[in-house]
Amino acid sequence: MTALADSPISTPILQFEQDYADLRRRTRITWLVGSAVFLALFTFSAWLGDFFKVTQITLPDGSRDWRWIIPAGIPRLGEFIAKTIPDLHWATFGADFAEWFWRWKVWAKLLVETILIAFMATVFGVIGGFLLSFPAARNLAPNKWVMWICRRYLEIARTVPDLVWALIFVFCFSVGPMAGVLAIGLHATGALGKLYSEVNENIDMRPLEGVKAAGGTWFDQIRYGAVPQVLPNIISYTLLRFEINVRSSSIIGYVGAGGLGQEIREALSLQEYTDLSALFLIIFVTVMVIDFASEKLRHRVIGLEKGPST
Amino acid sequence: MTPTPQDIQAAMAVHPRAFRDTPAVQFRKIALWIGFIGLFCWCLYDFNFAPERILHGMQRMGRILSFMFPPHIWETWAEWLEVFTALGETVAMAFLGTVLGLIVAFPLSFLGAKNINRIFWLRQTTRRGYDIIRAFEILILALIFIRAFGLGPLAGVLAIAVSEVGTFSKLFSEALENTSRRPVEGVVASGGSRFQSILFGIMPQVLPVHLSIVLYNFESNVRSSTILGIVGAGGIGFMLSDRISGYFWDQVWTIIIMIVAMVYLIDYLSGLIRARLIGHAEMAK
Repeated sequence: MTALADSPISTPILQFEQDYADLRRRTRITWLVGSAVFLALFTFSAWLGDFFKVTQITLPDGSRDWRWIIPAGIPRLGEFIAKTIPDLHWATFGADFAEWFWRWKVWAKLLVETILIAFMATVFGVIGGFLLSFPAARNLAPNKWVMWICRRYLEIARTVPDLVWALIFVFCFSVGPMAGVLAIGLHATGALGKLYSEVNENIDMRPLEGVKAAGGTWFDQIRYGAVPQVLPNIISYTLLRFEINVRSSSIIGYVGAGGLGQEIREALSLQEYTDLSALFLIIFVTVMVIDFASEKLRHRVIGLEKGPST
Repeated sequence: MTPTPQDIQAAMAVHPRAFRDTPAVQFRKIALWIGFIGLFCWCLYDFNFAPERILHGMQRMGRILSFMFPPHIWETWAEWLEVFTALGETVAMAFLGTVLGLIVAFPLSFLGAKNINRIFWLRQTTRRGYDIIRAFEILILALIFIRAFGLGPLAGVLAIAVSEVGTFSKLFSEALENTSRRPVEGVVASGGSRFQSILFGIMPQVLPVHLSIVLYNFESNVRSSTILGIVGAGGIGFMLSDRISGYFWDQVWTIIIMIVAMVYLIDYLSGLIRARLIGHAEMAK
């Protein structure tokens, strides 16, 4: 019995064992090659990223010495953070706090400016993105060339970072919040145009056919067929973009385009360390509050979309 | 059958709400629009959007745009090498920042997942921690690190890494929470320990999602690391802001074109990797 069963059964089993071993070996080789490539890339980029740089530091006794950059930098990071922490005491809290926020009048004005920059940029971004999203959507574009041009324009507008646009606009329109509005607005146009056109590509085409059958032009089809379908999504994306724009506009003053960023630059160059922590705190709280409010609003919009009962 | 004007009048009389909002809603809509347009006009005035200023700016814009044609081509190999090193530094910053952030965030993400960390206060504290890290703008982090490590790509790498810790931890722990319980129950039923249930029940489910998140964030970090250069953290952005402050507009446009090309290339390559490793599943978006 065993002698009979031996050869016919063991051949498939042997075959299986053979194939399994082959598969294991191939997987192991792939893993080895993959890890080696990854490690090489990691080391090369670490070298490009100055991880192996040596730098001169001043020792406590005043002499200079060479050190690796990371161990040399970490104590300096600690020192810097320690300097930004204000001198607050519980007994004299009010006076200390007033001392910490001594420029609050200027900052409050710039904070309002920051939020208004974000608002204006969102408005421009929504107008531009909304108008361009229809010709840029595959299913709605009037013809191929219009679609191609709109898509390339949106791509370039969002690929170039808003800070780069800000540098260019500061040169053209001089220093001030206008350059910031235009820069963030242009970047937002690109980003929103892409999101909106993706929404447009997912709509139900039957209402548009209905409008067309009733004799509507391309504009009528968009206005009465597409817009009502995409509106809730558009509002939700717009609010999300507003949050992002507030973050951008709090920084964009660093290159001279208005808002709180210019105070950060000034505090850094005048070495007013406690001002820095105050500004960080202001931006942090503003961003948190706006994120929270816009999340609540977004949930309401999504709720309205589901049904009027909520 | 086309409805006559009389029919429409009759329908309006029977169902006025179908044709018009109630006065309260109408009033609220008008008030919102007036407030919105008022704020917009006030901003236009406050930010000084004067027509002559716009016209003047447009003229300057046209002048600097004219430097784009013909594009500037560097002549010597040394100049090209400088540009390519800067581009390489930008990609290296994004890559290293993503990897370092990933290494720190991966273990942290388990602390924030509801189905793995059952201790309520620990989970909530970790989650608020992620939120706080994410609230720090990447440029502010870069400014802090530049103070400590000097101008150069290292500050950018650390800034990206720190901000990615917050993002990755949040996204990873959400991915962990969205897994199915059944494989875990299967492992437990066949006598697996808690560690084994995570390793064999949850990890196979989340790894493709994690990989997709990592690739997507790498793409977005390539874009951010361009900006980091502008505040002094090395890479192509540093070169760009240097050329802009020197008014070398012809070189500026070439650099911008190269940035756009680099971003396209990275997006394309990461799309290839995603398709290869994850397949064309719906999560591969």
